[in-house]
Amino acid sequence: MALAFTALTSLLLIAIFIFKEGVPFIARVGFKDFLLSSDWRPQAGHFGIYPMIIASLLVTFGAMLVGAPLGIACAVFLNEFVSKPATRIIKPTIELLAGIPSVVYGFIGVVVVAPLIRSQFGGPGLSMLCASLILGVMVLPTIISISTDVLASVPNAYREGALALGATRWQSVHMVILKAGRSGIVAAVILGMGRAIGETMAVIMVAGNTVQLPHSALDSVCTLTAKIAMEMGSATGPHRQALFAIGVVLFLMIMMFNALAMSAIKQRFAGK
Amino acid sequence: MDIAIQISNLDLFYGAFHALKNVNLAIEQRKITALIGPSGCGKSTLLRALNRMNDLIPGCRTTGAVLLEDKDIYGPAIDVCELRKKVGMVFQRPNPFPLSIRDNVTFGLRVAGRKNNASLDDTIEKSLQDAWLWEQVKDKLDNLALELPLDQQQRLCIARVLAVEPDVILMDEPCSALDPISTAKIEELMLELRRRYTIAIVTHNMQQAARISDYSAYMLLGEMIEFGVTTQIFENPKDKRTEDYITGRYG
Ligand SMILES: Nc1ncnc2c1ncn2[C@@H]1O[C@H](COP(=O)(O)OP(=O)(O)OP(=O)(O)O)[C@@H](O)[C@H]1O
Ligand SMILES: [Mg+2]
Repeated sequence: MALAFTALTSLLLIAIFIFKEGVPFIARVGFKDFLLSSDWRPQAGHFGIYPMIIASLLVTFGAMLVGAPLGIACAVFLNEFVSKPATRIIKPTIELLAGIPSVVYGFIGVVVVAPLIRSQFGGPGLSMLCASLILGVMVLPTIISISTDVLASVPNAYREGALALGATRWQSVHMVILKAGRSGIVAAVILGMGRAIGETMAVIMVAGNTVQLPHSALDSVCTLTAKIAMEMGSATGPHRQALFAIGVVLFLMIMMFNALAMSAIKQRFAGK
Repeated sequence: MDIAIQISNLDLFYGAFHALKNVNLAIEQRKITALIGPSGCGKSTLLRALNRMNDLIPGCRTTGAVLLEDKDIYGPAIDVCELRKKVGMVFQRPNPFPLSIRDNVTFGLRVAGRKNNASLDDTIEKSLQDAWLWEQVKDKLDNLALELPLDQQQRLCIARVLAVEPDVILMDEPCSALDPISTAKIEELMLELRRRYTIAIVTHNMQQAARISDYSAYMLLGEMIEFGVTTQIFENPKDKRTEDYITGRYG
């Protein structure tokens, strides 16, 4: 109880601290000049983070294009086509992947994926595409783990009912099981998005970190998280406050994802 | 008398557990055959052997033959999906899919490759009418099936089976989750369906078996103890064990 309270208050304090530093800054610079301007030159007093917002959103979206289908397919496979004892071994193994430090993913991105992109498609290699691919893999444990739980909670009676009407296993999955678990799977994907947009280390290593609006997936980009992490050490004054303000934006985005996931889950239980 | 399903020397094992022991039974066409017996005697197992639902259970093994239209459903050339379209099943707890009423009824047809469009409307109406549900749901076909009361859900499950035009309908205690009035309605419905379908029903309810079935089979510990015309089984059982069960001294 006391522990939970300590944890909660420290979280609350962190949030308050970020907002205290960031919100007045946004108010001073102006909503529009902060969120919608592409001019990021802290020394000259320009703090436009628009390209970084776009980069974060695009990288996250790209990661979902990779991670969601793979993760859902994997969860379906584990839950519907693999025997129970095997699943009991494979699932914890996948969940273990979440514990691999993100530098390791970043490292693989730098030495394997980026060179491959450079030689196959051109461009600098360290790019939005590279970041999306690496993040897509990094969110797999989240998506697979939650989706598997969701599918496992779909009543067996639905499977039996479908098969008894002459459906194949695959038909029972896509015509009934996935529909029954739809909102839960949506929640899994949104939580995966929250994880992707907050990821920092791996993204710094593979995204290239050029502040620009990307024209193609092969362009180098700089995300919100990367900006904070790279410049916090040396920033002072308004520059430092600007980084806190970026933190506020990230905080709100992630809160929004979580709220969406929660409402998807609620809908699921209301539907029963 | 035409036989719909002929079960010969059927043995079934759940792993090492011998759940059905040398069962022989002929299920007559367009009649209601009731499987009765104490809990755990293998009624559901036998019923599920007839559309091979037991295939889903790991470690379940079957020997012997179940002939449907003179073909062994456990034979090599059998397509299990086709078999299950011919031998439909209604479960103990109503289990409509979390889809609309319409999509529930058309499920079996869509599985068979039919497109989900207006060409299915006639089948939807007919199936629901045959399950005595049309009047209640005709204005809300796009509503979620799970919003229906329990007895209507069960009749929807029957409609969903009727839509694929099976030959045989298997029912595993279809009324056990329902109140007496809904039960009476489903029993009446079964008697009506008997004109066109062969029905095998598992029931715990002796009065129900006596009221609706033409034939009854009494099972005990995986064995088929006695099979015969229902009136004979209930009024004049040949086996002492059947008599004990019927008169309520056992089970
Ligand atoms: N999946 C399974 N694995 C192992 N044993 C099983 C399995 N399903 C059933 N059994 C066993 O097989 C026997 C017959 O079960 P079955 O469900 O057919 O009985 P039943 O006559 O339908 O009983 P009830 O009236 O309670 O529904 C029981 O002893 C049961 O414990
Ligand atoms: Mg049973």
